[in-house]
Amino acid sequence: MGFKINTIRNDFPILSTKVNGKQLVYFDNGATTHKPLQVIDRVSDYYKTENSNVHRASYNLSHIATDLYENSRKFVAKFINANSYREIIFTKGTTESVNLVASGFSDLITEGDEVIITVMEHHSNFVPWQQLCKKNKATLRFLPVLKDGTIDLSELEDMINFKTKLISITHISNVLGTINPVKKISEIAHNNGIPVFVDGAQAIAHTNVDVSDIDCDFYCFSGHKAYGPMGIGVLYGKEEWLNKLSPYQYGGEMISSVNFESTIFNELPYKFEAGTPNVAGALGMEASLRYIQDIGMDNIIKYEDTLLKYATKKLENIKGLRIIGNAKSKIPVISINIEGLHPFDIGTLLDQMGIAIRTGNHCAQPLMEALKLPGTLRVSLALYNTKDEIDLFADALAKAVDMLT
Amino acid sequence: MTIKEKSQSVVDEFAIFDDWMDKYAYLIELGKELPIIDEKFKNDSHLITGCQSRVWLHADYDEDNVVFTADSDAVITKGIISLLIRVMSDATPSEIFNADFTFIDDIGLSTHLSPTRANGLVSMVKQMKLYAKALHLKTGK
Repeated sequence: MGFKINTIRNDFPILSTKVNGKQLVYFDNGATTHKPLQVIDRVSDYYKTENSNVHRASYNLSHIATDLYENSRKFVAKFINANSYREIIFTKGTTESVNLVASGFSDLITEGDEVIITVMEHHSNFVPWQQLCKKNKATLRFLPVLKDGTIDLSELEDMINFKTKLISITHISNVLGTINPVKKISEIAHNNGIPVFVDGAQAIAHTNVDVSDIDCDFYCFSGHKAYGPMGIGVLYGKEEWLNKLSPYQYGGEMISSVNFESTIFNELPYKFEAGTPNVAGALGMEASLRYIQDIGMDNIIKYEDTLLKYATKKLENIKGLRIIGNAKSKIPVISINIEGLHPFDIGTLLDQMGIAIRTGNHCAQPLMEALKLPGTLRVSLALYNTKDEIDLFADALAKAVDMLT
Repeated sequence: MTIKEKSQSVVDEFAIFDDWMDKYAYLIELGKELPIIDEKFKNDSHLITGCQSRVWLHADYDEDNVVFTADSDAVITKGIISLLIRVMSDATPSEIFNADFTFIDDIGLSTHLSPTRANGLVSMVKQMKLYAKALHLKTGK
């Protein structure tokens, strides 16, 4: 299919929306991306012609829904290069995936044990581990972030000891855009017999994700940050690890037999999918991943990198502006601080000019504390953004700065 | 002037501007002029929760009237506070907690505020009324 920006933009109906009478410029893709017609239609078609509950009934429509749902699972497995469909658990999203694993690890982590995360984690890969450690009297340790927004692997090696039970790290920082060397981290961890959990929320739409190559033990992401529906996500786990974890929720679907005294749990992946699943969400997410695949991740990476370089250069001309996070390897996420100005003021004025960007702490308060910033302005781009939009944004930002100083 | 009259004068002032950017430019000017709160009150016990920017509010009692001073680290927030202070300060405690604050809606400002900022505004008004109520109970005025 190649990369044709006009065709791509036409796939996203919301991009023609007006905000405060101005053309919408949407630069908050790190929070959620918009959905192409291919995804919207897939969800709508499911409810129009295929809707029924999965894995239960003996009638034809239910067989169709079950097949579609299980095919989505197989597609996801192939998309991230998992070994088997059994390693793919559908969840509500990244947050639920982390909570599921943290809940399972509550049986495996005991007093005095240590869990390592980084300072750049989103709250969703921070709070579940913090609470688990508190409950089990374990210690949560933080790998610091260097000035340029990267981490130091030798520091990680120094932190690891015989008490370390898990390393959990974001693949890509939602604030700094840094792509972390997760393959190398898995290697270091495995040399020490420690499992690795990778939060791929910001990665799935912007870089190739190959869990077999990374060799992580767990990987997770949300559909909605990769052009898919909200309320659906994935937890990948190596079978040997998923088998070690207890179920996270109990109910229908996750059982193989129930009597008055006891229950035998279902096998993977169903053991972790209690209740009626989000079938439409899974089908919509499959459509979004197919959309990415049709355009080609390598084409997307190349295009987004030109946007990143263009925007970075353009912004550097604004007086007092500093970009937070200058890793060599990063996706088009640009966090900005402007000397003497509050991000919230700038965000409010940009909104008046039709520009949607994120201001605040980006659900990463510990990182803001470490950077000694009240928050930043975050530009996060996606495959449908353009250089023209970056120009509009840079002009609007210059105007806002001028009004505020 | 009563609180109602003061509110009306703010609404009239904003009616001059057609464009929302001009209204914001005016808010920013007001924010820059806001009398700064005494440094000693800029502490956690004067911090209003529910705002994305930090806001400190202090109430003093001057014979019959309540006098508010405030500060924020965001200038547009300061502009909004400055309007609130102009309308609510120098009124008796009972006048303040019985007042109806619709002027923010009347300017059309609330529809132009993000929900987080609108919530912050609600928190500010609530805190001002709480101060007034406490002073009313203490002084009977």
